[in-house]
Amino acid sequence: MPRKTMIEAIRDAMDVSMGRDSKVVVYGEDVGFFGGVFRATQGLQAKYGRSRCFDAPINESGIVGSAIGMAAYGLKPCVEIQFADYMYPAYDQLTQEAARLRYRSNGDFTCPIVVRMPTGGGIFGGQTHSQSPEALFTHVSGLKTVVPSNPHDAKGLLIAAIEDPDPVIFLEPKRLYNGPFDGHHDRPVTPWSKHELGEVADGHYTIPLGKAAIRRPGSAVTVLAYGTMVYVAQAAAEETGIDAEIIDLRTLLPLDLDAIVASVKKTGRCVVVHEATLTSGFGAELVSLVQENCFYHLEAPVARVAGWDTPYPHAQEWDYFPGPARVGRALIETLEA
Amino acid sequence: MADAGLLRFHVPEPEVRPGGTPDFSNVTIPKAGSVPRPEIDVDPRSIRDMAFSIIRVLNRAGEAVGPWAGLLTDEELLEGLRHMMTLRTFDARMQMAQRQGKTSFYMQHLGEEAVACAFRKALAPGDMNFPTYRQAGLLIADGYPMVMMMNQIYSNEADPLKGRQLPIMYSSKEHGFFSISGNLATQYIQAVGWAMASAISNDSRIAAAWIGDGSTAESDFHSALVFASTYKAPVILNVVNNQWAISTFQGIARGGSGTFAARGLGFGIPALRVDGNDYLAVHAVAKWAAERARANLGPTLVEYVTYRAGAHSSSDDPSAYRPKAESDAWPLGDPVIRLKNHLIHRGVWSEERHTQAEAEILETVIAAQKEAESHGTLHAGGKPSTRDMFEGLYEEMPPHLRRQRQQAGV
Repeated sequence: MPRKTMIEAIRDAMDVSMGRDSKVVVYGEDVGFFGGVFRATQGLQAKYGRSRCFDAPINESGIVGSAIGMAAYGLKPCVEIQFADYMYPAYDQLTQEAARLRYRSNGDFTCPIVVRMPTGGGIFGGQTHSQSPEALFTHVSGLKTVVPSNPHDAKGLLIAAIEDPDPVIFLEPKRLYNGPFDGHHDRPVTPWSKHELGEVADGHYTIPLGKAAIRRPGSAVTVLAYGTMVYVAQAAAEETGIDAEIIDLRTLLPLDLDAIVASVKKTGRCVVVHEATLTSGFGAELVSLVQENCFYHLEAPVARVAGWDTPYPHAQEWDYFPGPARVGRALIETLEA
Repeated sequence: MADAGLLRFHVPEPEVRPGGTPDFSNVTIPKAGSVPRPEIDVDPRSIRDMAFSIIRVLNRAGEAVGPWAGLLTDEELLEGLRHMMTLRTFDARMQMAQRQGKTSFYMQHLGEEAVACAFRKALAPGDMNFPTYRQAGLLIADGYPMVMMMNQIYSNEADPLKGRQLPIMYSSKEHGFFSISGNLATQYIQAVGWAMASAISNDSRIAAAWIGDGSTAESDFHSALVFASTYKAPVILNVVNNQWAISTFQGIARGGSGTFAARGLGFGIPALRVDGNDYLAVHAVAKWAAERARANLGPTLVEYVTYRAGAHSSSDDPSAYRPKAESDAWPLGDPVIRLKNHLIHRGVWSEERHTQAEAEILETVIAAQKEAESHGTLHAGGKPSTRDMFEGLYEEMPPHLRRQRQQAGV
C-alpha cells in the first residue's frame, strides 16, 4: 500500500471528496493557487478549478460565516483556518451559528461544513502557532471535534467529516504532518514512510467519527490520548516498561465512551494526556467520565498530564510540552498509588 | 500651527433627549423624483453621489414621480398596502399578547413596514433572505401563514421550531427566509456565502442580506462587504437605518461617515440610499439591485432611511432616551399612510375602503390568533415535548445525548 505523509493524506482526502461530489468546495487563506502554507491543498485548484478551490481574504469569521451560508445553500464547504490559534474571530460563527443552525431551525437549514485547523505545539511556534483549543469546541453542543494522529486515520476521518451532515472541527496536529513525534526533540524525526500508519489506501474509504482506536494493548493502566500525545504515551510506556493500554480517541465529540470504560474496567487505572492547558481542558471531562463510569474498578486516582496553565511559551518549549518523561512519571505514580 | 492643547474625547450625542422638542432639521430630504436611475451595469464610481442622497418616488401630494416610478400595477400596490396593514395589525395583536402573558417577548416593525414588504416583491421564487428579527414583512408578503408565525411566538405544540427558539426568530426555507439568530450581523456574511454558492453552482438565484444601523458596527458587516466585493457575489446588502439601536442613536455606529450607504463605496460596491417609508421607491431600488445581481454584475448596498416608531422590543421603553413625539416629527412620514394616499390619488382606493380593509384585516388576524391559541400559548395549553429539546441537534443523536434524554425521563 502507498505510504503518505499526513499532509499528503489530508490532501488526498479532499481530492477524493471533491472528485466524488461536486458540492465539495475548499477555501481559506493561501489555500488556492499556492496550495496552503502547509501544502495541504496543493494541486487542488489546478485540478478542480478556481470555483472549487480558492483563496480567501484574511478574515476567519468571513471564511466560516460564508461557509455556513454555502452549506445552507446546499454545498459542502471544507474550509481552512491557517492555525487553530486564529480561529477566535470565527468563534461566534462556529458556536452560535454552525453548531445551532439545524437545532434552531428544526432541520429547516443544516450546516454540513468541515473546518480544518492545524493545531498543537512542539514546533517552536510560540504563543500563537501552538495552541490546542479543542476544549473550546467540545464544550459546544452541535459541533463534532476530530483529532487524527496518523495519515491513515487523517484521510479516513476527513472524508467521513466531509460526508457528515453536521459541522465538524478537524484539528490537525501540525507536529505530525511529516512524521510521528514522541516528544524526543533531540532525536531525528522518522518520516511517515517508515511507519505502518503511513500506509494510506488509494481512493475512497472512511473511518467513522466517534470511534477510538487502541494503539497499544496493555493491562496495567489505560492512557487516554489523542494527536501527538499518542506517540508520547507510547514512548513513555516503552521507557518505563509499564504495560499501558493506549487509546487514541480520534474523535473527542462524540466520544467513544464504551472503548474507554471497557479499558479502564480492565486495567483499573487511568492517565489522561493532552497538550492543551490543564484547567477546564478536555482532560477534565475525560477524568469525570471515567470516575462516573468506572468508580468501583479504579485502583488509583485518575491522573492528568497536560500543558501548564500558561500561554504557550517559545524558549521554554520542552519544559511546557508534556513529553515522555512527564508522562512516564505519571504512569509510575499511578501504578504505585 | 496653533497649540492643540489637551486632547478631548468625542462621544456623539443625538440632537434631542426626552423632554426636548424633536428636531430633524439636519436631515436633508431630497425632493421625490430628483435622483436619477442609472443603468444596472453602471460604473460604481460614477454614482458615488447616490450614497449620500435619498431615492424617493412618492411626493407630498401622493403622486409617484421621477425615473424610479411606474413599476407596479394598481393590483400590486393594493396588495402591498394590504401586506403592510396586515403586518401592523399582526404586530399590535402580538404586542398585546405579550402584555397578556401569552408569550415572553415580541418585537414590532411599526414605521418600517414598507422596507421588507416591498423588498420581498422584487425577489423571485428561490431567492434567499438572511433577515434580522425586524423583517417579518418578508414572510407576510410571501404568503407565509400568519398562524405559523403565531405558533412560533407562542412556542406551542404546533410551533414549527418545536419551542427551541425565542419568539419571532422564525425560519422558513420554503419562503426564502433564513433561520433568524439572536447574534447580530452573523447572517450578513452568511448571505454572501449563500450567494457565492449560487454563483459556484451556476444557478440564477440571488441572496439578500439584512442588517440594522447599529449592527453595521459588528465585524461581520465588514466581513460581508469584503467577501461580496472580492467574489462579486450576487447579493443585495440591505442596511435598515431606523435611526436607533435600542437606546443608541445611529451616530454611535456611523460616527463621522456621511451615511451607511457610503460604507459600500470603499469596497467598490455600488451604494444606493432610499426612502424606506416609500413603498414604491423601496421596490424600485430592490428590483434594480436584484437585476444587477442576477446579471452577474455583483453586489449592491442599499440603505433604507426610516424610523423605528415603536419600542425596540416588548422589554424596552423608548421614552427613557428619546422624545415621545419624535416618530410623529419624522420627515419621511408613515409608510402605510403614504401608500394609502397614493392609491387614493390613483383613484383605486378611498378612506372608506381603507377603514373597511382595516376591519377585515383585524378580523383575519384575530381568527389566526384564535387558531394559534387553540394549540396553546407559552404558559397554557399544548406545548412542545421535552423530547423535542434533545432532538434535532445533530442528524443522528450521539450517545451522550441519548443518555441525557434518558436521565430527563423522556
